[in-house]
Amino acid sequence: MSAITVALVGNPNTGKSTIFNGLTGSHQQIGNWAGVTVEKKVGHVHHEGCDITVVDLPGTYSANAHSAEERVVTDFLTGGKADLVLDIIDSTNLERNLLLTVQLLELGVPLMLDLNMHDEARRNGINIDVRKLQEALGTPVVQTTGRESESLHHLLDVFTGTDMSRYEPSRRIKRHMEQESAIRTRFEAIQAYRAERRAAGETGEEFAPLPENELDEQLMTLHYTLIRDLVRRSVTFARERRSTSDRVDDVLANGFMALPMFLLLLYGVFMLTFDWVGQSAADALGAFISGTFKEALAATLERLAVADWLRSLVLDGIVDGVGSVVAFVPLIFVLFFCLNFLEGTGYMARVAFVMDPVMRCVGLTGKAIMPLMMGFGCAVPAIMAARTLDNRKDRVIAMLVAPFLTCGAKLPVMALLATMFFPKSASNVVFSMYVIGLLMAVCAAKALGKALFKGEDAPFLLELPPYRWPDMRSVLYETWVEGRGYLVKAGTVIFAACLMVWFLSNFNLGGWAPESESFLASIGGGMAVLFRLHGFGTWQIGAAITAGVMAKEFVIATLAVLYGVGEAEGLVGSGIAASFTAASAYAFMVFSQLYTPCVTALATIHKETGSWRWTGFAALYTFAAAWAVSLLVYQVGRLVVG
Amino acid sequence: MTLREAKPGMTLKILALDDGDLKERLLTMGLLPETTVTVLRSAPFGDPMAIRVRSYDLALRRVDAAKVSVTLLSSGGKGAGK
Repeated sequence: MSAITVALVGNPNTGKSTIFNGLTGSHQQIGNWAGVTVEKKVGHVHHEGCDITVVDLPGTYSANAHSAEERVVTDFLTGGKADLVLDIIDSTNLERNLLLTVQLLELGVPLMLDLNMHDEARRNGINIDVRKLQEALGTPVVQTTGRESESLHHLLDVFTGTDMSRYEPSRRIKRHMEQESAIRTRFEAIQAYRAERRAAGETGEEFAPLPENELDEQLMTLHYTLIRDLVRRSVTFARERRSTSDRVDDVLANGFMALPMFLLLLYGVFMLTFDWVGQSAADALGAFISGTFKEALAATLERLAVADWLRSLVLDGIVDGVGSVVAFVPLIFVLFFCLNFLEGTGYMARVAFVMDPVMRCVGLTGKAIMPLMMGFGCAVPAIMAARTLDNRKDRVIAMLVAPFLTCGAKLPVMALLATMFFPKSASNVVFSMYVIGLLMAVCAAKALGKALFKGEDAPFLLELPPYRWPDMRSVLYETWVEGRGYLVKAGTVIFAACLMVWFLSNFNLGGWAPESESFLASIGGGMAVLFRLHGFGTWQIGAAITAGVMAKEFVIATLAVLYGVGEAEGLVGSGIAASFTAASAYAFMVFSQLYTPCVTALATIHKETGSWRWTGFAALYTFAAAWAVSLLVYQVGRLVVG
Repeated sequence: MTLREAKPGMTLKILALDDGDLKERLLTMGLLPETTVTVLRSAPFGDPMAIRVRSYDLALRRVDAAKVSVTLLSSGGKGAGK
């Protein structure tokens, strides 16, 4: 059986991923290219007795090898591993897409052009003569619509049935390459001559070295002259008219109206995820696991007469642990479905455009808004969504500040503490926590950008692709891949963390112990030393803070257990409220709001950055910030309230 | 003038690009001397701006647009502001 390797290349927004998903279905391996955090996707498909390996290279605008993505593309292609390179082109945007094509022709790879979305181009009055384009280039050209399986099936026929050795660049292309090398030779000759003169002591302006940009400009001008020529020969344009996309943008991305439209859409995504669909499913699932399932399991264990410690491990450790992992899953899936869907329509680029003026104030670009907004739901998808940002600075900062926001797990903690300590103004107190979290995120973004990433600002150049109906198969598939990734990686961590909390709160050096004498209590005692000046330096609170790192929900649960709250009296009437003053209670809430993200969030930061240093930094700087801010709040509050 | 001062509806021709890190990115995105661009709209507060160049739409900040020297071809007539 024969085997070939096909590499997919192309600009962003050309429907490349859709073609890749359509060709390979679920037979994909996803990883990273060696040494860089650029996603590597490889898929397999059998066709006509041929084993086809499809490599999806990152989408790039050029093959200049300036960015990590571009280097991945050029390294792979010049390595000669591909038997066929399919250059996927957005037919509605031929000119700019052909720049990459021309550069790929120069690399001398076995190139085939795929004019994708040719149906859309025809609707826009763009008629491309495939035969003429093929003659002008000297490489095979095919057309696809991107999502119809018929046109994908045709692609597979072309892969197995095309003899690439039959093709060679046209005379026009060969002449272009000669012109290009002439320009390079001339540029280098001038540089060499000038360097020589300078070495001989000449200082005149005419002997200064030419800027490297000069060569770029000359080459690009040459490339675009060729492209103009190719387009003139093979494309006819009908009279240009305002497209639907333009009319949609008049509403969604134009001046001030764009802001309320964005907030409305954001609200919709939020409600879908955290209310209408995601949270309801999560609650139902959580109730099933901690209710019906746990009871049934408890009854079974009872019948089997297993040891007490084992029963506690299974029920309180494993079942509760797994339950808290599973409860996140519907949220993650719904949220990522929404985001992938919006991304597929092209609206996400508009969000970045519309929110850029706001985000620029804190030193980020407009694209960072989505991950940050998600932080109000859960830091885990927020951190995952940061991967859509262009440069490392924005990605890292978004990941570092998103955990300051009031996530879905902190909200009940805040609500309970507020009703416990401030029964008369609980909702205002909770709202103030949202504001403090947001302010902290804004200040941290600004400070981190200045301190850690000096001068790493990327220019904001963003393509606004035409609005399109997304390919649902791709949207669902990407959602599944991201959700599964969360389940596997973060899931194992939460699970381990729950076992850890169970162990710490049930054992000490002497073995099985009540909670007040457990490891957790000892750690809490040590932790309490840090909070003497905060007004909440008790071992119970120290233990609650420690447990809260595992999952924020544990803050309340631990307090309740350690202060011995009975089922009947409830939290509000318990002794907890009595051990705080108004100032220290508020300071404790501020601390809980800001300190170290839960282990799931930390594990996600580690997964996304691939760096223990950033993960450690995220854990420690948030703790330090929370410590300092809550100290300030307590000391000022004490003066005010008395 | 530079692209920074351009208003929605204007059609302009690029004359030159300032030297610097941004130049190579602008060239890659198809903004070359002699290229015609049309300003489509701007975000809230007037910045960034969206332009049409080589039959696609590109958003850029005005501070970056200041690096592009242009000459006015038409101010857009009744299309201005849309």
